[in-house]
Amino acid sequence: MSDLRELYQEMILDHCKRPRNFHNLPDANRAADGFNRLCGDKLRVFVKLDDGIIKDIAFEGDGCCISKASSSMMTEALKGKTLDEAHKLFQQFHEVLTGPPDETPDAPELGKLAVFAGVREFPVRVKCATLAWHTLEAALKDEQKPVTTE
Amino acid sequence: MTRQLSKTPAPAQPPHFDVHRIREDFPILHNKVHNKTLVYLDNAATTQKPNLVINALRRYYGSENANIHRGVYLLSQLATDLYEQARRKVQRFINAAESREIIFTRGTTEAINLVASSYGRTNFKPGDQIILTGMEHLSNIVPWQIICQQTGAVLRVAPFDDNGELILDEYERLFTPRTRFVTAVHLSKSLGTINPVKRMIAIAHAHNVPVFIDGAQSIAHGPIDVQDIDADFYAFSGHKLYGPTGIGALYGKARFLEEMPPYQGGGDMIASVTFEKTEYNELPYKFEAGTPNIAGGIGLGAAIDYLTSVGLPNIVAHESRLLEYAHSRLSGIPGLRVVGTARQKGGVISFVLKGIHPHDIGTILDGDGIAVRTGHHCCQPVMDRFQIPATARASFALYNTIPEIDALADGILKVIGFLGS
Ligand SMILES: Cc1ncc(COP(=O)(O)O)c(C=O)c1O
Repeated sequence: MSDLRELYQEMILDHCKRPRNFHNLPDANRAADGFNRLCGDKLRVFVKLDDGIIKDIAFEGDGCCISKASSSMMTEALKGKTLDEAHKLFQQFHEVLTGPPDETPDAPELGKLAVFAGVREFPVRVKCATLAWHTLEAALKDEQKPVTTE
Repeated sequence: MTRQLSKTPAPAQPPHFDVHRIREDFPILHNKVHNKTLVYLDNAATTQKPNLVINALRRYYGSENANIHRGVYLLSQLATDLYEQARRKVQRFINAAESREIIFTRGTTEAINLVASSYGRTNFKPGDQIILTGMEHLSNIVPWQIICQQTGAVLRVAPFDDNGELILDEYERLFTPRTRFVTAVHLSKSLGTINPVKRMIAIAHAHNVPVFIDGAQSIAHGPIDVQDIDADFYAFSGHKLYGPTGIGALYGKARFLEEMPPYQGGGDMIASVTFEKTEYNELPYKFEAGTPNIAGGIGLGAAIDYLTSVGLPNIVAHESRLLEYAHSRLSGIPGLRVVGTARQKGGVISFVLKGIHPHDIGTILDGDGIAVRTGHHCCQPVMDRFQIPATARASFALYNTIPEIDALADGILKVIGFLGS
């Protein structure tokens, strides 16, 4: 296995210990619950969507370091983005996480989110990193059912 | 500092038991994971296999393979004899009165489904009550829920206290004239609690209620005498007993099994068939439709031989020593809480770390070759009871060592150093 530092990058540790936008959003007009059956992680993503733009976004819940950091960094990355931009970012994020292990991903658009590239070496943890994003997608579709990582 | 915890004195090894010699019997223990020596502490999930079992499987497929109960030729006779010998080994191992009371299944899960479906569907009526405990594995909950949906029976749950001990008074209070069945785990996978099954069964029998005991976790960790505890049904899985996957056994008292309808239809379970009528075969074959897991049965027999040669009392002594040592080392780690502190406990230690998710614990320990389980261990109701989403769990087997527990404790300190705030 590659070094644990590949997975738990400084930036990930920082967001895990001090998650940003980690609260309820009273004026949200979109929200969804995410649930990872494997480990019992639960989270709720809130979005204030205005004219196709993510004006504000926050999350609540309990999860592992990877899922908390991913949620936190997702909220930072998406504030002010259009729905289209958000979808594209998720696609790129997903590709980086599931690409072949020995290829370094080339995704400049991801910015800071590229720190999650190390997760690809830990296939069982990919779901932890994508839970927040799947939940966000559900919130944007305004699906009532909680999403799971299945 | 916490490091000094490693000075906890290790209790003495029981006589006649040399764990290093035992380890030689298990080839996988000499493998490396992530370039580290494997420290396998997920024995509640499944146990590793000794050479005796691996060789029995190899020998069977290499020189003994044939279908059973049908051929007149020598090889089929041989395979049949080996398979039926394995049944008698199971019988002796749990001290069943007769070998026809041993039914081979795929494992505990299938055994529970068999009883729930065959006994339950015949005997449960709307409003009937089935008692189980709050610490059941999902496979001892869901099959009963399914039968409840089909028959209109309802489940009644016996609670446990903050230590993870069943509250016996509350269990007893659940009995009513509508109670039809009790199903209970012997040794809890998530908490390690050993339930007082003999007393629980006596209480149920005083109300004329039969009892199923889920022995998945207890079978390899202490002598079982189904007649002494007076269980009406008892089941276990081979793979948790150092045997192969895909094989297990259901014990049932003959008088129940004889009355119960077959669970599945097929070859071997019939005496005669016409399109009008089928006569079912005698016990145990009535419940063994189709070609069974012959190799698995023979492998399970070999696993029982292995355990018998090591000696269950030696295993119990060794594992309690591991558990005692693990408790003293782990409970001294700041921020660590042990979940499940019953007075009667098997070799399972579930724990949570303050502010650190079990999943992260599992990944970091894995980096050091230490395999522990993280999650809800198929016991979500137990997690809900303690209001935690999940735990990390180490569970011990006869080949684990004191230095492996030191490695676990050091690994946990590393996790705290890495992720603690
Ligand atoms: C207490 C208990 N019951 C039942 C089972 C199910 O066993 P199997 O999956 O071998 O059928 C398990 C497995 O973990 C268990 O621990």
